[in-house]
Amino acid sequence: MTYNIVLCGVGGQGVLSVAAIIARGAMMEGLQVKQAEVHGMSQRGGAVIATMRISSEEIFSDLISEGQADMILSMEPLESIRHIAYLKKGGQLVTGKDPFINIPDYPDREELYSVINSIEGSMLIDTKNLAVEAGSQRAQNMVLVGSASKVLPIKEDTFLGAIENVFTRKGEDIVTINKKAFVLGRNS
Amino acid sequence: MSELVLLGDEAVAQGAIDAGLSIAYGYPGTPSTEIVEYLQDWKRKEDNSLIASWCSNEKTAYEAAVAVSMMGKRALVTMKHVGLNVAADAFMNSIGYTIHGGLVLAVADDPGMHSSQNEQDSRYYADFARTICLEPRNQQEAYEMTRDAFELSEKLHLPVLLKLTTRISHSRAVIKRGDVRPKNEFNPSKDRSHWTNLPFLSRQNYEDLWQQRPVLAEISESSDYNPLSINDRNKEVAVITTGLAYNYYKEAEKELENKPSHLHISFYPMPEDKIRKLAGSAARIIVIEEGYPFVERFLKGILPQAVQVDGKLNDVIPHLGEITPDICRKAMGLASFEKAEVKAFDMPGRPPQLCKGCPHTDSYKALNEVMAEYENPVVTSDIGCYTLGYFAPHNAIHSCLDMGAAVTMARGAAEAGAHPAVGVIGDSTFMHTGIQGLVDMLSAGNRVTLMILDNSITAMTGMQRTIVESSGIPEIVKGCGVDPAHVRTIVPLPKYHEENVKVIREEVEYDGVSVIIAQRACIHVVKAKYAKG
Ligand code: SF4
Repeated sequence: MTYNIVLCGVGGQGVLSVAAIIARGAMMEGLQVKQAEVHGMSQRGGAVIATMRISSEEIFSDLISEGQADMILSMEPLESIRHIAYLKKGGQLVTGKDPFINIPDYPDREELYSVINSIEGSMLIDTKNLAVEAGSQRAQNMVLVGSASKVLPIKEDTFLGAIENVFTRKGEDIVTINKKAFVLGRNS
Repeated sequence: MSELVLLGDEAVAQGAIDAGLSIAYGYPGTPSTEIVEYLQDWKRKEDNSLIASWCSNEKTAYEAAVAVSMMGKRALVTMKHVGLNVAADAFMNSIGYTIHGGLVLAVADDPGMHSSQNEQDSRYYADFARTICLEPRNQQEAYEMTRDAFELSEKLHLPVLLKLTTRISHSRAVIKRGDVRPKNEFNPSKDRSHWTNLPFLSRQNYEDLWQQRPVLAEISESSDYNPLSINDRNKEVAVITTGLAYNYYKEAEKELENKPSHLHISFYPMPEDKIRKLAGSAARIIVIEEGYPFVERFLKGILPQAVQVDGKLNDVIPHLGEITPDICRKAMGLASFEKAEVKAFDMPGRPPQLCKGCPHTDSYKALNEVMAEYENPVVTSDIGCYTLGYFAPHNAIHSCLDMGAAVTMARGAAEAGAHPAVGVIGDSTFMHTGIQGLVDMLSAGNRVTLMILDNSITAMTGMQRTIVESSGIPEIVKGCGVDPAHVRTIVPLPKYHEENVKVIREEVEYDGVSVIIAQRACIHVVKAKYAKG
């Protein structure tokens, strides 16, 4: 089994923190993980992309081909479309619903949603409200991970363990909020 | 031993530590920065005797490391590819030296220019210098090659270049650590002729280097880093890969029925015999290499005309940008995957931009207001977050060449008749190679205004401490000889806008060299301070 994910968003939105949780979960299940990140200039409010490959067999490449992604996981709607060429036929698109507008020509929201919905089974997630419900707007990323977890080849319990693992350093409250955000995302 | 999940950069750092590294120097530059950051972290947590320092530029870093080697200890120098242009003088001239303690230069190239102004290929520098270059294809190999690089350096008395690329540096993988080798003792080299580049000594040193060529060739032929697999059943096509192209090729290879013979090269100088053997096995060779067509051009020099060489020079592989799995598939004649279907859509770009609340925004606003009062203002800029002033709504800068060029180009523009000529440079970049330009214009008596945007950090590369505190910059500028009355400090905040415009207007009209220091910390520095309380 090999599962390919394209993670995208705008620099500063925490794409890498989403990647970190999924990678942790995959490794806890004994799977191999390859992850390519982009640092540096593009992190300053520009479009960012990271690729992640999870596999039970040996994988060589960090990057993937167009049409090879099982999932596009995006922090915001416009970016979910930018790398759509990577999504394979029948692949899953998961994206946060709130636009991140820092360019003058950001497209019309409804038009954008209609493009996203033209892909079967797309998930548009109201990450902001669910994160607030979980206790902190900053937990939006975890809502997104929760939603994606419905299709990812990693068990729910493993994810909860991974969240515990990553956030323990920051205290019990943060762990609780992030777990709750994950569950809300998963049940959304 | 233990397993760790590390970025490629971190794997290099860990490899160096486990190889008995004593001292590392570097200058921050994406994608190389995390090497020294990891070492600094290691120093704090594990080994206080380790030294890992940022230097004012790559040349000073390299030179200091050479002296560490002279003292018999192991040294690592890190930089991005364009940084080696700055350190090239020192690097080239250290080749004639008889290296004592292992000296490894880790250079990170940026094919695809994710965060750089070019995609120059550092293998050329190793070749130019006639030394060894190692290029890992995964993170584990980055760890092991770093260790080997130190061994080779001490054994062959050469500095060894370790070539990384963005995808190696910034991808994570599980690393298996080997044994930890103790650090070298202080053991200074006693032979002065090994360390003095006087022509009569250099002639001998370069002769020795030339005589060493067969030794390097032999290592290259037998190295596991240059694996060759011959498939006698495929006489049609053979493949050479370098760097990460190996991984992409291996993925594509799974789908090929009659696998081509394959040579992967990660140890340079290249294994000529292995190349000839591969070439003898097939009528056509496809060369898939990250960076410039380095191997490909070499092949054309050593192979008979009958062998067809396909690669970047005849556009079988694109000559610009990164190698990708898709490029590899196409070159191997494999069909592309079936993509999801989606409604047509006009995609707007999203270039990087200055953060909300960035001090540079306010500096540019004030500067733009003054520049608008002139017909032909010239604003030369430099490398850092403030290069983003190129984009709307700022549209504030006319040039960005390399580190330090804001200063020197402002001088040139002024002498060619431009007024106002304003150079815009960051604090860290000014310390890197900006000071020399300032000295030049002072000696020439130019009419130039230099704006030093002092955000008190090296921000673009991810918040490294600058080597001079903000309070030191006015003193340095005055020390160079700028009239203290024309060394002005402003605080780039909206509430001081009018005041700042006035200062800029005055200094631009001063008939001499003036320096305006715009002092306000990067918002991320401020945030981090608040977070710490
Ligand atoms: S990182 Fe700091 S200096 Fe760079 S754009 Fe953001 S606020 Fe400005």
